[in-house]
Amino acid sequence: MDLIKAVGNQQFILTRVDAVVNWARQSALWPMVFGLACCAIEMMATGASRFDWDRLGLIPRATPRQSDLMIVAGTVTHKMAIRVKRLYEQMSEPKYVISMGSCANNGGPYWQHGYHVVKGVDQVIPVDVYVPGCPPRPEALLYGIMALQDVIRERSLLDDPREDRTPRHVGVPSGTKVVSA
Amino acid sequence: MASQRVYKDLEPDTAYAFKPEDLEDDEMILNMGPQHPSTHGVLRIELKTDGEIVKDARPHLGYLHRNFEKHAENIDYQGVIPFTDRMDYVASMANSLTYAVAVEKLMAIEVGERVKSIRVLVSELQRIASHLLAIGTYGLDIGAFTPFLHCFREREKILDLFEWLCGARLLYNYNWVGGVSHDLPDGWTEKARQFLGEFAPVIEELDDLLSHNKIFTDRTATVGIIPPDLAVAYALSGPNLRGSGIKWDVRKEDPYCGYEKYDFEIPVGQGRYGPIGSCWDRYYVRVEEMRQSVRILHQALDKLPAEGDVHEKVPKRIKPNPGEAYARTETPRGELAFYIVSDGGLIPYRVKGRSPCFVSMSLFHEIARGEMIADIIAIIGSLDIVLGEIDR
Amino acid sequence: MSLKAADIQARLEAKFPGKIVAAKLDAIDPFLVVDQSALLDMGRTLRDEPELAFDTLHCLSAVDYLKEDRIEIVYHLSSLKHRHWIVLKVFLPRVDPKIPSVEKIWPTANWHEREAYDLFGVTFVAHSDPRRIFLPEDWAGHPLRKDWVWPEEWHGIAVKPGKQFAQRASEGESLGIGPFD
Repeated sequence: MDLIKAVGNQQFILTRVDAVVNWARQSALWPMVFGLACCAIEMMATGASRFDWDRLGLIPRATPRQSDLMIVAGTVTHKMAIRVKRLYEQMSEPKYVISMGSCANNGGPYWQHGYHVVKGVDQVIPVDVYVPGCPPRPEALLYGIMALQDVIRERSLLDDPREDRTPRHVGVPSGTKVVSA
Repeated sequence: MASQRVYKDLEPDTAYAFKPEDLEDDEMILNMGPQHPSTHGVLRIELKTDGEIVKDARPHLGYLHRNFEKHAENIDYQGVIPFTDRMDYVASMANSLTYAVAVEKLMAIEVGERVKSIRVLVSELQRIASHLLAIGTYGLDIGAFTPFLHCFREREKILDLFEWLCGARLLYNYNWVGGVSHDLPDGWTEKARQFLGEFAPVIEELDDLLSHNKIFTDRTATVGIIPPDLAVAYALSGPNLRGSGIKWDVRKEDPYCGYEKYDFEIPVGQGRYGPIGSCWDRYYVRVEEMRQSVRILHQALDKLPAEGDVHEKVPKRIKPNPGEAYARTETPRGELAFYIVSDGGLIPYRVKGRSPCFVSMSLFHEIARGEMIADIIAIIGSLDIVLGEIDR
Repeated sequence: MSLKAADIQARLEAKFPGKIVAAKLDAIDPFLVVDQSALLDMGRTLRDEPELAFDTLHCLSAVDYLKEDRIEIVYHLSSLKHRHWIVLKVFLPRVDPKIPSVEKIWPTANWHEREAYDLFGVTFVAHSDPRRIFLPEDWAGHPLRKDWVWPEEWHGIAVKPGKQFAQRASEGESLGIGPFD
């Protein structure tokens, strides 16, 4: 898909507004610093110099008001779920959520006997990309961010952000029907 | 689908310790966390401040309470080990080692020499990795971004060694009851020696960058003083205790895994830039401990027995006799202990993890009084807490 | 000078006759079972007497013995100076267990006792801050008791784990993924 098409004697550029806006949004995703547990250490390693998420445009911001991506890295507990919801609501549109690690996907290793563990952050907020792993390698998180960029590329300004969004499950072959627990 | 769920309105948590009615004229209640760029996990601290000066501080825990003890009562002995890894996720070799030592004490299993040497190798490497993270994030808390990148670069080398050894970067499931899960691959010891050769100058580089930097010492050397009697009354251990001048290390007092054969020193805080027991002292004890760990690693690599089966003493079925055991080891954060009660079955009856960070955080309200809000961050960073261990 | 458990028991018996209900000195960690009424005085003696000098309370745990119908509070004490250990136990009834708080003797017991209250429901008399420490204030019950029942939900988020895929597949539901398909 061509982003830019020059017209005539190249004084005009023909493109779609959606393409330009999506390109801008996907190239400068600013995540909110929201490491909860062990996945936070791998998230910090992704931000460090070996795996460097800054080359994808990610600059961590401390406050939800200035960020448009929330990477839920770690186990969400019942006590924390209230805060997760409140922080999600404080972020402004367009906002995206990556659920990193198996605890945030569906409760992880604590699914069976964890009475204080929320079985997946999607019980509380809508999720766009699920990255499996315990903890996922930094490369897996980077792949998840690139999958999110694909998701953003398919959006349109005419979409209502509150509409039903099909989440992307990283590492699962396309066409697989994923059943929610 | 996600948006088809109805999100019932979640009420805010009203567990505030300080009440607005009890405040004096100029005081205010300030809530820090649980999401905050400077906490080492999801910690919530409620501060009662008079302007910038903190009058009282109350930590609130439980935001990462993942029911380790309930899992331990429902899963067999070997299966609990991944859960112990996730308690202190920064130094997970140390946790599984403590658990393995506790179950071995309960079952009176004596592991072989090669297993002991391998355990010492990975423990000390893990100690270096954990202290690197502690120092890097402490610099980040104070405001220095560069040491963080240097520390993580070295940490990646250690994680590469661990990944070669057992397949995982962060949570290894490596120390099993009676042995370890994988033997050292060919060439691992050479690579480890190469890493140690590259690492020794890095500690000096970190010292130059951060430790004696005037801004860093001004911010940390006069805050968070823990007097030695308070440290003992609150059962502190590890670098927090040694920063207050008390020379106490479980590796020397109560040796396990053959630590009595290695020659190393115990660094204590000496009050170089301020009173003894300040945040700087605790930080510098960690830097010195990295130097001592390099020393131990050289000795362990030299003394590694060439022969030995790492699975020799691993029991086919772990079924201890009814009884109890309490075992402790020196993790990078202090003295971690497990109290295991067995009723004679395949599943433990009760496993209690005694976490050093839980104990360190319990004296926080004593040392936070009278400090400024920015110093609170310095104090938390110097205690080097990991919430996974506090909340278990 | 490091004392053996038998010596420590002898000294305590001399000072508090009849208050040591039972003792097991040949266990892996020798322990003394102590009567609740003498706990505070015994604690002060253990800490203050120069030859005992038990200045460190390492761990205060609660264990629930459903079959023997009691809750045990276990104190692991040691002396930094003399390098000796002792374990004290106090037996409590399972219904409405109450025990004096040792917080004034060993300040580290503050949080350990809050944890025992939170997870087991043991009331520590004269504790300065008797609140739950891990679980939210409005949580129902004390989860580490052996007869605790899982609630269905907390503030709308499910607490019980969902059914495993294998169970759902064996009940005839057609799932979209994996070997059950």
